[in-house]
Amino acid sequence: MKLSGWGRFPRVESRLVTARDQDDAVRAVAGGGPLIARGNGRAYGDAAIGPRTTLSLLGMDRMLGFDPDSGVLTCEAGVLLRDILGVFVPRGWFPPVTPGTKMVTVGGMIAADVHGKNHHAAGSFGDHVDSLDLLLADGRVVTCGPNRAPELFAATRGGMGLTGVILRASFRLIPVETGYIRQETLRADDLAGIMAMFEDSAGWTYSVAWIDCLAKGPRMGRSLLFRGEHARLDELPAAARARPLDVTLRRARTVPFDVPAIALNRLSVGAFNALYWRLGTPREELIDYDRFFYPLDSLLEWNRIYGRPGFTQYQCVLPLSTSADGLRALLSAIGAAGNASFLAVLKLFGRQDGLMSFPMEGYTLALDFPASTATLGLLLDLDAIVADHGGRLYLAKDARMGAALLRRGYPGLDGFQALRAAHGLAAVFRSVQSERLGL
Amino acid sequence: MTAVSTGSVLILGAASDMGRAIARRYAEAGRALILAARTPERLETDAADLRLRFKADVRTAAFDALDTAGHAAFLDGLGALPDTVVCVVGLLGDQGKSQRDAAVARRVIDTNLTGPASILGEAANRMEARGSGTIIGVSSVAGERGRASNYVYGAAKAGLTAFLSGLRNRLSRAGVQVITVKPGFVRTRMTEGMALPGALTAEPDEVARAVLAAQATGRDVIYVRPVWRLIMLVIRSLPEAVFKRTKL
Ligand SMILES: Cc1cc2nc3c(=O)[nH]c(=O)nc-3n(C[C@H](O)[C@H](O)[C@H](O)COP(=O)(O)OP(=O)(O)OC[C@H]3O[C@@H](n4cnc5c(N)ncnc54)[C@H](O)[C@@H]3O)c2cc1C
Repeated sequence: MKLSGWGRFPRVESRLVTARDQDDAVRAVAGGGPLIARGNGRAYGDAAIGPRTTLSLLGMDRMLGFDPDSGVLTCEAGVLLRDILGVFVPRGWFPPVTPGTKMVTVGGMIAADVHGKNHHAAGSFGDHVDSLDLLLADGRVVTCGPNRAPELFAATRGGMGLTGVILRASFRLIPVETGYIRQETLRADDLAGIMAMFEDSAGWTYSVAWIDCLAKGPRMGRSLLFRGEHARLDELPAAARARPLDVTLRRARTVPFDVPAIALNRLSVGAFNALYWRLGTPREELIDYDRFFYPLDSLLEWNRIYGRPGFTQYQCVLPLSTSADGLRALLSAIGAAGNASFLAVLKLFGRQDGLMSFPMEGYTLALDFPASTATLGLLLDLDAIVADHGGRLYLAKDARMGAALLRRGYPGLDGFQALRAAHGLAAVFRSVQSERLGL
Repeated sequence: MTAVSTGSVLILGAASDMGRAIARRYAEAGRALILAARTPERLETDAADLRLRFKADVRTAAFDALDTAGHAAFLDGLGALPDTVVCVVGLLGDQGKSQRDAAVARRVIDTNLTGPASILGEAANRMEARGSGTIIGVSSVAGERGRASNYVYGAAKAGLTAFLSGLRNRLSRAGVQVITVKPGFVRTRMTEGMALPGALTAEPDEVARAVLAAQATGRDVIYVRPVWRLIMLVIRSLPEAVFKRTKL
């Protein structure tokens, strides 16, 4: 069948097999590959598509155990973050790190070593994993973690499924008093302003900015900064205090059809961005965690608003020292090309080591673009800017970068490949992405 | 109207995709569960999941649909008779192999008809004596007309549908509810690799919701996706002279 990632670009023929238990996974791997594990397909591009076979872990979605003393949850890799939230928020626990959608699996979060709005404070998801069970090419299942088979663990977090199939994992949840977030909205007039605001917000657990990447000249970089903390019980209004963890979720709606590409032109996006910025009056409010972390999840299949051709997300990170220059160069190139990007998100990462993890200390910018020839040309220009400034692209969003950019951006690549070779993994675990990138 | 049940639920064939989905929905509804399958060890992860997710009261049991001689003892060994018995046991088999090998055909018929009829018959007798309970049998639209491509399976399901219908007829005044479920295409291990038409294909969880809804509202026969009622009406009403020339 034809498979694609969340961006619906590219679409590739692959045989989809579902693992309901470990035996199924072992059987699939024994076929010799090439194959790749797939979670819920929320990577944007071709990372979760096998060149021949794709092994879905959605059938392995059982929660196996929880220790209320340590907050450690053990579950199969196909458990959705949505289900973890549904079960554990009412009991006063929250995931240590969450991406901007809850429709991801535990395996997908580890394989991409996802980051959240708290990266500067909490690191990436892999920093909270105690151990995981990994199925290797020869059918062995190895338990690894920071203190057990640490090389294999280091390569597996952020390894995009290329070191084997994650079957189960144990990771730490954090305690929360309520299901609400105390959010502050601030407005920055330009790039220097938003960067200063991020640095001032280092004491906040969560921070993220929405940036108007069509604004030019002195307004370049104008942004809204959102920062938040888990609300304490005594911060809730009296009415909500009786059931502080009971956050009634909004009903999801579905985008009913593919929106024609014409709807997303420079004018409509420009008008939207300008309006959004104006409406972002500085304020403080209490909102439920779902609205704070997953505003887009209430619109199911929102990826269809980009129409049939699909779209791609461009997410890069630049080291702190070159961020100011690099961001200016990126925003100039985007503004000049006039390519509409609805969602542009800016975030300051904290320090991170890891063989293949995406985050590094510095600024990350994420933009959505419709998949068109004009866009692909612009993205090549952005690649050059990212490379010149010592940055890299996020593999979970990538659908089109070249091997050279990957090599320059990920210094751990040689070690990663050596480990794959040493364990005989390279021939068996391959994705359409890894073949494109020569991994 | 039937009152909404609250007692325990026995799921036969609990390791299947439909069985797992149905178990989740009942656990979510707060019902105590007995998960039964041939290798109960393989149900332990599901049991752990249901306990953790829903704080459900769950146990597992060994059950072999083909061991009809043991069915009465199986039910008696459970302790209290469950309030609800759901049978998801089934085997699609391979029509070509069934045509060539009578033993293969026999296995398909026994798994889909003989075994389920035996265990549900035993449960029915006990529920009749008690004067309450619900029996839910998962049959198939394939039982509504024999087709060249799967008539051995279809014949067994036709038998199960008739069995359930008779049971319902017999027990309706005894306070025992009997529900026949005809799922149509469902995305499960059984259908993996087949090209299924999206609009006609249900997820296991849709079957589960339909089952719970049918029990709560007292329905007798349900098609999981309503469009199947129409499709089967058309297929049933094709004259035999026409039908035998089709390739359905
Ligand atoms: C709306 C939206 C917002 C997002 N926001 C963020 C964000 O804020 N931060 C962030 O970091 N990411 C973000 N992402 C990206 C997303 O978190 C990652 O792509 C994540 O990996 C998707 O998980 P998945 O279960 O869908 O995995 P898939 O997309 O199915 O797979 C992703 C990768 O993980 C591998 N993989 C999956 N399961 C396993 C397994 N069991 N064993 C081995 N490898 C496996 C796959 O091979 C593939 O390489 C966002 C995505 C969307 C659609």
